Amino acid sequence: MTTKNNDIETLLAAMADGLRAKLGAETAADALMVGIHTGGVWIAQRLHTQLHNRQPLGQLDISFYRDDFSRIGMNPQVKPSRLPTSVDDLHIILVDDILHTGRTIRAALNELFDYGRPAAVTLAVLGERSGRELPIQADVVGRHLSLGEHEYVKLVGPDPLRLEVVEAP
Amino acid sequence: MRRRNLQLDEHGRLRHLLTTEGLKRQQIIDILDTAESFISQEDQAVRKVPLLRGKTVVNLFFEASTRTLTTFELAAKRLSADVLKIAVSSSSAVKGESLLDMLRNLEAMQCDMFVVRHSDSGAAHFIAQHVAPHVSVINAGDGRHAHPTQALLDMFTIRRRKGEFAPLTVAIVGDIMHSRVARSQIHALTTLGVSELRIVAPKTLIPKHVESLGVHVFHDMKAGLRDADVVIMLRLQKERMQGALLPSESEYFQAYGLTEDKLAVAKPDAIVMHPGPINRGVEIDSAVADGPRSVILEQVTNGIAIRMAVMSMVLGRGPMEAER
Repeated sequence: MTTKNNDIETLLAAMADGLRAKLGAETAADALMVGIHTGGVWIAQRLHTQLHNRQPLGQLDISFYRDDFSRIGMNPQVKPSRLPTSVDDLHIILVDDILHTGRTIRAALNELFDYGRPAAVTLAVLGERSGRELPIQADVVGRHLSLGEHEYVKLVGPDPLRLEVVEAP
Repeated sequence: MRRRNLQLDEHGRLRHLLTTEGLKRQQIIDILDTAESFISQEDQAVRKVPLLRGKTVVNLFFEASTRTLTTFELAAKRLSADVLKIAVSSSSAVKGESLLDMLRNLEAMQCDMFVVRHSDSGAAHFIAQHVAPHVSVINAGDGRHAHPTQALLDMFTIRRRKGEFAPLTVAIVGDIMHSRVARSQIHALTTLGVSELRIVAPKTLIPKHVESLGVHVFHDMKAGLRDADVVIMLRLQKERMQGALLPSESEYFQAYGLTEDKLAVAKPDAIVMHPGPINRGVEIDSAVADGPRSVILEQVTNGIAIRMAVMSMVLGRGPMEAER
């Protein structure tokens, strides 16, 4: 089952509404939006436009902060993280595509805090599924996804964006 | 039984870095790509990351060095590793036995990596043959044989400045005979496939049979530099010379020192490199070393990123047998 493209637009609109409701339109426009590579950056780019955000868009590659480095090894295609030199006292909207175990968000928070001390971090995700392994929750969710035991969901893009459900081998 | 490349583990992954000889092109490219990820977008100082937290890196230097020692230490610390620095004087008669004893002691203290600089060619290989399976060895320079991280940071610098390797004419100038850097550079440049690789030096400083490595030899510097894209200057390795191979430093400078005048025959956008430390007025004059085409200081910054890349690749090569 694949979600049609216009449904992604619906999810994005829901995320934008959720952020405006939670933070107020002004804070949502002034906060530092940070997308997590790769899917989170695609989502963040669209939200950045929809919320008329005034800051440059930040990007995080969490490869160096993963908890499984010694198991899966070094990835030579790490993309650069792009953040202002300091995040002190900034409100950050952290954006990712799918929230599953919570480990990616754990790594992203660790990396963000190596850049300084944010005033607050709000987590917005396109889709959320069961399988959390850490006490991490999103503040804004586009859609809660119900998946079968052996199903995985991933965001395909960047254009058009599509949520794909795949059977695990 | 087929002899395996000592640098690779049984899955073909890089376990030690001992020499650029025998590295496949894609392995070199992977190292350069990994180093790229450590250089921040604005080319500022490399950020600290937690990749090697909990690992212990031992800098085992049997030969003097400040620059290489410092950049390896910085690289390990930027990866959040713990670093031990052991400077062993060469006069402490390092015979095979006591070296192995030292290694066993260090391994008992749970060290994960040895970065080795030694005045004997083959020292790093010897150590790599005797370390425990989970331990990696990085060669920081052994005798006249190899200095792979220097060559890799030079390749990285060339790629950042010039893009593709294929169209380049590269000239290496100076004391090739005694230079482990030159040997490592020659292997890397031929593997990466540059258009033309030239050696420029007096006869006394060129090893026999060097042409078999795929290089063109020049004794006239202007001829050797004509239309070059990259000029790599080497330091006169006086400490490794035995016998009178040169008349004097000033005569060397006349014929083989890099001046603006000699550089003028290279391409207008040619870059000038030097592994350091530079001898101003011997192999290079100040106007060039400090001039707009010199990338000597970039090489130093790139050295940290390359060393971070190599350390994280060998220690993070993936599951080891013991974990299966």
